[in-house]
Amino acid sequence: MRKKINQSLGFFFLSLAVTVTIFFLSVLLYFIFSRGFRIISWEFLTAVPRKAMTQGGVAPAIIGTLYLTLGAIIFSLPIGLACAIYLCEYTPKSFVVNIVRISINNLAGVPSVVFGLFGLAVFVKFLNFGVSILSGSLTLGIMVLPSIISAAQEALLAIPQSYREASLALGATKWQTIKKIVIPSALPGIMTGVILSIGRVAGETAPIMFTAATFYKRGYPKSIFDEVMALPYHIYALMTEGVHPAQQKDIAYGCAFILLIIVLVISAVAVIIRGVQRSKYGLQS
Amino acid sequence: MDYKVRVKVNHVNFFYGRVQSLFDIKCDIYDKMVTSIIGPSGCGKSTLLRLINRMNDLIPHTRIEGQILLDGKDIYNPKVDVVEVRQKVGMVFQKPNPFPKSIFDNVAYGLVVNGLTNRSYLSGKVEKSLKDAALWNEVKDRLGKSALTLSGGQQQRLCIARTLAIEPEVILMDEPASALDPTATLKIEELIQKLKEKYTIVIVTHNMQQAARISDYTAFFMLGKLIEYDLTAKIFRNPSKTITEDYVTGRFG
Repeated sequence: MRKKINQSLGFFFLSLAVTVTIFFLSVLLYFIFSRGFRIISWEFLTAVPRKAMTQGGVAPAIIGTLYLTLGAIIFSLPIGLACAIYLCEYTPKSFVVNIVRISINNLAGVPSVVFGLFGLAVFVKFLNFGVSILSGSLTLGIMVLPSIISAAQEALLAIPQSYREASLALGATKWQTIKKIVIPSALPGIMTGVILSIGRVAGETAPIMFTAATFYKRGYPKSIFDEVMALPYHIYALMTEGVHPAQQKDIAYGCAFILLIIVLVISAVAVIIRGVQRSKYGLQS
Repeated sequence: MDYKVRVKVNHVNFFYGRVQSLFDIKCDIYDKMVTSIIGPSGCGKSTLLRLINRMNDLIPHTRIEGQILLDGKDIYNPKVDVVEVRQKVGMVFQKPNPFPKSIFDNVAYGLVVNGLTNRSYLSGKVEKSLKDAALWNEVKDRLGKSALTLSGGQQQRLCIARTLAIEPEVILMDEPASALDPTATLKIEELIQKLKEKYTIVIVTHNMQQAARISDYTAFFMLGKLIEYDLTAKIFRNPSKTITEDYVTGRFG
């Protein structure tokens, strides 16, 4: 009897945790969607802001966020993947390598504003890229590098050793084994890491505050050395600056809505790519 | 015995870190014969097998002393290219481990990584290898399908076909049937009988009836030492050592 009660209690708490999570998630989505959706219009999506941010659209901020996200991924994905491959496949398990791994994991926990300050000091000032798309993308890229490395490492470690052995036993070199067997098999797992990173990059405010973002810019960026508007920073600015708080709040919810949609669409595309990769050869993992 | 020696294991000691797992192993493996290695778990039989195609190179902190000669040349000589050794000494593993690729690509893999990419050459070679591995009739209509859609027994024959495609001289098999059901096991055993016309086969097995059925020579290992190595018939009917007799008659192990 006691065993049964314990079991029901355990099950109850587990399902409670799930219910609470789903509840807050749906409230959040409802809140943003219901408030944000009202203000969305063709003009809001395609026009530049007018009349001290109270009218017009947020197109430059949307474009800016897309640029920054894309730039960060272009920078961090190849480097992150290469790091993970090196750490997993090439370095023997040793004390030093363990320290490197632990450091990378810890780097993932560093507050994003610290990366912002780092970006300001190194990219904006020292390398003299100025407040620009380039500085912001590099800062965001460095911020997500640890999570991409960790995700890729886990995906690589999940590939059975027997695949590597079979490939080597057939006279493949180590590099051929990595290129033709290990990476393709690990791709779905790596994609998962990239998806999560994209969400983070698109939504981060602190790292771009000092390195890339500006509250208001007439028109669109012309080169990677231009500063840009970006959705997360735009939301922050609308809520803290300006002289028309009421209208600005509506626009902020509109921006939040668009940001969510962007992240959802990017994730959906990545999930589809991952699904295709998996089903192509009946991969389970 | 005037058979040609294909692989000569010459006073081999092997260490995992500080632990020695093989002690002064010495034996000749004959050309176009099936040699089985039997012995209790952890006796070093797989370790020896994996030394013959330098698979143990992958395990960190291991060390070998002595020589393993393939056609008279030491494969552990620092000048030897390990990739070439593995092209000459193929391996089939305990659990079927096809790549998550199509059946065709699995068989063609060993050729493609060696720069043979001519499509019609590959097709011919894939067909021949699958026929030699007695799998062609079952898969000829679905070469483009994932290898993971095959049954366990078919997967293992695919792994054998993949090894045959690169035309090795020696094929090492590490308990190739232990993860398979009796019917699939029988097919693998029949296949081994056929393959020995062209290849030298070394097989590690837990199953003593299997060793008795399929092999010409048998090596009995215990605690990292080669206890007895002789014709299979002799090992099973009239072994020289009591401990071998105790093992093959099932008194322990």
